[in-house]
Amino acid sequence: MSSVLYDTPGPRAKRRNLILSVVFAVVLVLALWWTWQTMSDAGQTEGAKWTPFVEGAAWTTYLLPGLGNTLKAAALAMIIALPLGAALGIARMSDHKWVRVPAAVIVEFFRAIPVLLLMVFANQFYSDYTGIESDSRPLYAVVTGLVLYNASVLAEIVRAGILSLPKGQTEAAQAIGMRKTQVMTSILLPQAVTAMLPAIVSQLVVIVKDTALGGAMLNFTELLNARKTLAANYANVIPSFIVVAVIYIVLNFILTSLASWLESRLRRSKKSTGAVLGAEEVADLNAPGEVVGVHGADPGARAGGGTAAAQGDGRTPH
Amino acid sequence: MFDFLEGYDVLGAFWTTVQLTLLSAVGSLVLGTLLAAMRVSPVPLMRGFGAAYVNIVRNIPLTVIIVFTSLGLSNIFGVALGAADDFDTKFFRLAVLGLSAYTATFVCEALRSGINTVPVGQAEAARALGLSFTQVLTLIVLPQAFRTVIGPLTNVLIALTKNTTVAAAIGVAEAALLMKEMIENEAQLLLIATIFALGFVVLTLPTGLLLGWLGKRLAVKR
Amino acid sequence: MKLRKVTAASATAFVLALTATACGGGGSDSGSGGDKITIGIKFDQPGLGLKTPDGSYTGFDVDVAKYVAKELGYDEADIEWRETPSADRENALERGDVDFIAATYSITDERKEKVDFAGPYLLAHQDLLVRADENVTKGEDLNGKKLCSVAGSTSAQNVKDDFAPKANLQETGTYSECLDGLASGAVDALTTDDSILAGYAAQEQYKGKFKLAGLELSNENYGIGVKKGETELLDDINAALEKMVSEKAWDKAVEDNFGPANYENEPAPKIGDIVQ
Repeated sequence: MSSVLYDTPGPRAKRRNLILSVVFAVVLVLALWWTWQTMSDAGQTEGAKWTPFVEGAAWTTYLLPGLGNTLKAAALAMIIALPLGAALGIARMSDHKWVRVPAAVIVEFFRAIPVLLLMVFANQFYSDYTGIESDSRPLYAVVTGLVLYNASVLAEIVRAGILSLPKGQTEAAQAIGMRKTQVMTSILLPQAVTAMLPAIVSQLVVIVKDTALGGAMLNFTELLNARKTLAANYANVIPSFIVVAVIYIVLNFILTSLASWLESRLRRSKKSTGAVLGAEEVADLNAPGEVVGVHGADPGARAGGGTAAAQGDGRTPH
Repeated sequence: MFDFLEGYDVLGAFWTTVQLTLLSAVGSLVLGTLLAAMRVSPVPLMRGFGAAYVNIVRNIPLTVIIVFTSLGLSNIFGVALGAADDFDTKFFRLAVLGLSAYTATFVCEALRSGINTVPVGQAEAARALGLSFTQVLTLIVLPQAFRTVIGPLTNVLIALTKNTTVAAAIGVAEAALLMKEMIENEAQLLLIATIFALGFVVLTLPTGLLLGWLGKRLAVKR
Repeated sequence: MKLRKVTAASATAFVLALTATACGGGGSDSGSGGDKITIGIKFDQPGLGLKTPDGSYTGFDVDVAKYVAKELGYDEADIEWRETPSADRENALERGDVDFIAATYSITDERKEKVDFAGPYLLAHQDLLVRADENVTKGEDLNGKKLCSVAGSTSAQNVKDDFAPKANLQETGTYSECLDGLASGAVDALTTDDSILAGYAAQEQYKGKFKLAGLELSNENYGIGVKKGETELLDDINAALEKMVSEKAWDKAVEDNFGPANYENEPAPKIGDIVQ
């Protein structure tokens, strides 16, 4: 824990913490109780609104196909965006200007446009210039929009990861006679990906959530869009939103847990330089924008920060 | 080709987008800092609450959160934010609330990473001087943390700018709602979408460049 | 070893991605023509176009579309239903995703520039749905009331721009979302086309709770949208619609779908007779 920030509690501090905890808990319980009461008064907890979710049809007709489409779009977008993002990130650090500049322009441009509009354009593009069947075109459009945007963000994450590696890695690799490509693909990139894994996973969570954008305008029947039809049938808007929100939370929780597990494995294996950043430490990178990260710009800062990160991070005790 | 633009207040709609962005930015900064403080605080229950809040809210699509402010907070819980009789103001404020609640999770995590970059010695020295947790945090750690995370916070701000489009779902008259209305009336999906895409590029690119420059200037040199 | 594995894994992923993209490239041609007919409807509008839990489709638009398809020589089994959200209707026709659209599609001049309309097959009016124990008699009564409608819809714009600029308007994603608020008293009325309102009011969960106010705040001529220039299809659809009215199938469809919610439908409109 962030015990660096405060002394080990003595008897008085312990008492104070206990009082604070109790007060906080009481307030929390009261708030929850009030929420439940108001919901009941508004008739949102009555059985008829919830029974559809324990019967089969609500799931088989609406939610499961919707969830299937969400997962399909998210999985495709991840599989394509990851390598593309890595390629763009590397290209942006190229020694050649004619590679570096276009990569930078692509990254900046696609990060600036709302993903929904990217999807709309992609939909029209596929309709005008390809023979993709109209059944599957919304899926392609959604995946394309997600890939363009998230590859740009992932590119920045990968770049920040590579910049955060100690210079000695590159120098040592060059000293044993490796070419530029070799240095990148077998020394820098694997370490950068390992180090940036938490940030990458946060971005994957964004992909899962953003599949929902395709529903309204493109007629892509993902989970949130399927909910709309469900609620029109059962007249249970609020319960349907709650159920769908819970599904998203569980889905993303599984994704992040998987990442934590992967991270701890990589950390244990000690095959990397041990430079796996704390999960929280780089979570900020999941938003778009200028990601010459906290440590990225200055490798010197990395060393100092790394220790603090390892100690100060709740979820990754070390 | 562009004569259909007549009668639509495109600039006014983008002005609302800017207002939404700025107010939510302030809101999420305050709430996010509070959450970050909770997550590093000595009280276990607060730490737990902070972690639970971040992990739940961050994993829900923003649309769901924004719709919840309207159908849940306003309709069921009667939250009116001081504007019960003026729906335009009410839903604008609810949208700010929803955007702040969502964005705060990202601000919180960015700040925590910033706190982690402050060398341990700083906090130890502060404690050795006898400063309390609140003092260590507000006087020593947070000021340094904020300066280091300007970069990540810029990303959050740009994402926030684009996320304000979701407020259209509860009828806040910002850019995305006007776009929806224009599409409904004019049957010109692509042209209209292009105009609004450019509008967002104009808003977000300078923000990124300006704050990127600021971040480099204010960075803590170590 | 580990590092090489990571590289290999990313390479595999890349190849997979390429194949995934490549697979879609050679897809076959889209719906129109052949044995199947693709029809665009709403999926979430009780009384007009609704996808029910058993996977079938009900509603007035659906019945009209089925009748037209039958007249065009398609069995019910040959119909492929496609959801066409409001924003995507013109483009869906232009791209040929659907053969025709029957989805609460009001005929307007702007839309006529993009697509052709058969019909109209129903004259609807913007109206109010209020709680069964309340009365609203004219549009001006709305000022100061709390209304609810779908964000960006024509109905919502009409309220704001024309007949009740001082009314408070709550905007939502779908009409279903307005109904909870109407039931609980958070809003006083839901406003959109009376046909849509009647569909909701006739739903089991809401029976007896709401009624239509009976105001005729606007004229909405529902037409069947077809791709611009497909005159042959247009004429066939018009003929089918005329037959549907003369065979009284039209009346039956109105009766079946709009139910007992104080909804007084207009008589079947004449083809090409657009009420401004």
